[in-house]
Amino acid sequence: MGDQSRRAPALSVRGLSKHFGERVAFDDVSFEVSQGEVFGLLGPNGAGKTTTVRTLGTLIAPTSGSATVAGIPLSSGNDEEIRKRIAIMPESPGLYLRLTVAENLECFAGLYELSNGDERIQAALRAVNLVDRANDPCHALSKGLRQRVSLARTLLSDPSVLFLDEPTSGLDPAAAHEVHYLIDGLRNRGVTIFLTTHRLEEAEQLCDRVAIMNTTLRTIGRPDELRDRIFHKSIEVRTRIPLPDPAAVLDGLPGVDRWRLDRSGVYVISVSDPTLAAPEITRALVRAGADLLSLVETRHSLEEVYLELIHEQAEVKSK
Amino acid sequence: MSFSRTRTLAIFHKELREYRRNRLIVVTMVILPVIFIAIPIVLIFTASHSESSTQLENSIGAELLFMLVIPAMIPSTLASYSVVGERDQGTLEPVLTTPIRSEEFAIGKALAVLVPTLVISYVAFLVYLACALFAHPSVTSAVFGSSHLLILLLFTPLLASWSIWAGIAISTRSSDVRVAQSLGTFASFPPFILTALILFNVIPQTFGSILGLVAALLLFASLGWRLVSAMFNRERLVSGTRS
Repeated sequence: MGDQSRRAPALSVRGLSKHFGERVAFDDVSFEVSQGEVFGLLGPNGAGKTTTVRTLGTLIAPTSGSATVAGIPLSSGNDEEIRKRIAIMPESPGLYLRLTVAENLECFAGLYELSNGDERIQAALRAVNLVDRANDPCHALSKGLRQRVSLARTLLSDPSVLFLDEPTSGLDPAAAHEVHYLIDGLRNRGVTIFLTTHRLEEAEQLCDRVAIMNTTLRTIGRPDELRDRIFHKSIEVRTRIPLPDPAAVLDGLPGVDRWRLDRSGVYVISVSDPTLAAPEITRALVRAGADLLSLVETRHSLEEVYLELIHEQAEVKSK
Repeated sequence: MSFSRTRTLAIFHKELREYRRNRLIVVTMVILPVIFIAIPIVLIFTASHSESSTQLENSIGAELLFMLVIPAMIPSTLASYSVVGERDQGTLEPVLTTPIRSEEFAIGKALAVLVPTLVISYVAFLVYLACALFAHPSVTSAVFGSSHLLILLLFTPLLASWSIWAGIAISTRSSDVRVAQSLGTFASFPPFILTALILFNVIPQTFGSILGLVAALLLFASLGWRLVSAMFNRERLVSGTRS
C-alpha cells in the first residue's frame, strides 16, 4: 500500500473540461504528473492555464472529466482534504500589504492549522532567504521579494503538490532568476511542482516535462522530445563562398534527407542522424574544395516548438 | 471535517491587525461615535427640566436613537468591504486555496467587526451615562429610570449583528467595493427604523413588540452565518462566474 501510494501519480487528469456557458476555458485535457516531477503547462494568454490550476486546486468545478489530486479524487466532497495537501501560488502574490511578512505567514499557518507554526514560518522564510525581512511590512517590499513571500506562504504546509501560476510574471530578469533558483531548490527537495508559464526559457530550464496548451492540450513531453517530434534534425553549414554546385556535393550523402540554402548563405541540411551525417558532410565539403567556416547541429528552442504548434493550430482553425 | 476554531481565529486576528494598521479605519471608528454621542450629551444638558415626563422621555428616546446609529453604521461599512475588498486587492484567492470553510471565513470576518463595534458602542454608552449623572436630576432620573436603557443595551449587539451579516452577504455577491458599501449602509436601516419606531412609541413600546423585534434580530444574528455561507461561492469569487 505504501509502495503503491509512493508510485501513484501526484496528479492524474482524464478528459477534464471547463466551460463558462458558451465559452470554453479548456477542453478534454488529460495528463499525469509523477511525484517529485516539475511539470510545466505552457500556453498563450487565455489558453486556460490558470483555469486548469484553479480547477485542480478545487476553486472551480470542472464541467466534465475526472482528476486525482495528491491521491484524492477531485470532487466537491473532497475539496477540503485536497486543499490540505496542495498549495497554490497565484499569479499575483495577494499579500496583506499592511501586515509584516511574518504576520502574513502567521495567518496562513493558522489557516492550515499548523501545530508548529513558528517553526514552519522560520523554515519557509529560510527556504526563500527572507529571515532578515520577517518584520518588514509587505508594502515596503519589492515585487520580487513579495513573490518570494508568496512562495514562502505556499511552502508553510509542506504540500504534496505545489501549483505555481506564472511565478515570474512581471518580474525583472534578476528577480525572475531568484525565483528560478528557489524553484530549482524545491525540485531538489523532491516537491512535485505544477508550473504554468508563457516564458518558454523558464519552462525549458525548470521543467522535466511540459505540456503545450491552447484550450486543448497540443502536445506533452520532455522539451528535447518535443523538439525532435516537431522539427527535423538539421546541420547548418557555412562556407566562405557559396558552393558552385551544392547538389553535386550534398545529394545522396549517407544520412542526408534534403538541404536548402537560406537567405544568409547558410546551407541547412536535414539529417536523420547528425552523428552519422556530420563527418560525411565534412568529408564531402573538403573533397569539393570548399572553405568550411562552421558546421553545427541546429538546436531548436522550446520557443520554436511552441510557436510552431500555436501557429499550426491557428492555421487549422482558420481553415 | 469539523468546524475549526483555529482557522476562524486566524481570519479574526488578521482582520484586527489590518484595522489597527489602517489609519482611515481607526479614525472612522473613533470619529463616528464621537459625533453620535456629542449630540445626545449636549441634549441632556440643554433639555428643559420643566418638560413633562412624557416629553422628557421622548427627547431621551431621540438621544438614545443617535447612539444606536453607532452599532448600526460602524459595522455596515467594514462588513460590506470584507469580501469584495479582499477580492479587489487580490488577497482573497490565496485564502480560498487553503482548507478554510465558508462558515469559518464568514464567522472570522463577522467577529472581527463585531468585537470592536461592541467595545466602541458600549464605551460611548458609558460616557453618555457618566455625563447624564451630572445633568439636572429630573433628566438623570429620566435617563436611568426609563426602559430606553434596556433597549439600548439589548439592541446594540442585535443591530450590529444585522448590519454585519447583511454587509457580508452583500459583499460576497458584489463585484464593486463602492456599490457594496452603499448597499451595506442601506441594509443597516430596516431594523434601525423599527427600533426607532419602538423608541418613539409609534409601534407601542410593549413587552410583546420589543420581544418580537428582539426575537427576529436574534434569529438573524444566529443564522446569519448560514445565510452568508450559502451565498459564498468560491468559483464566482475567483472567476466572476457561477458554477
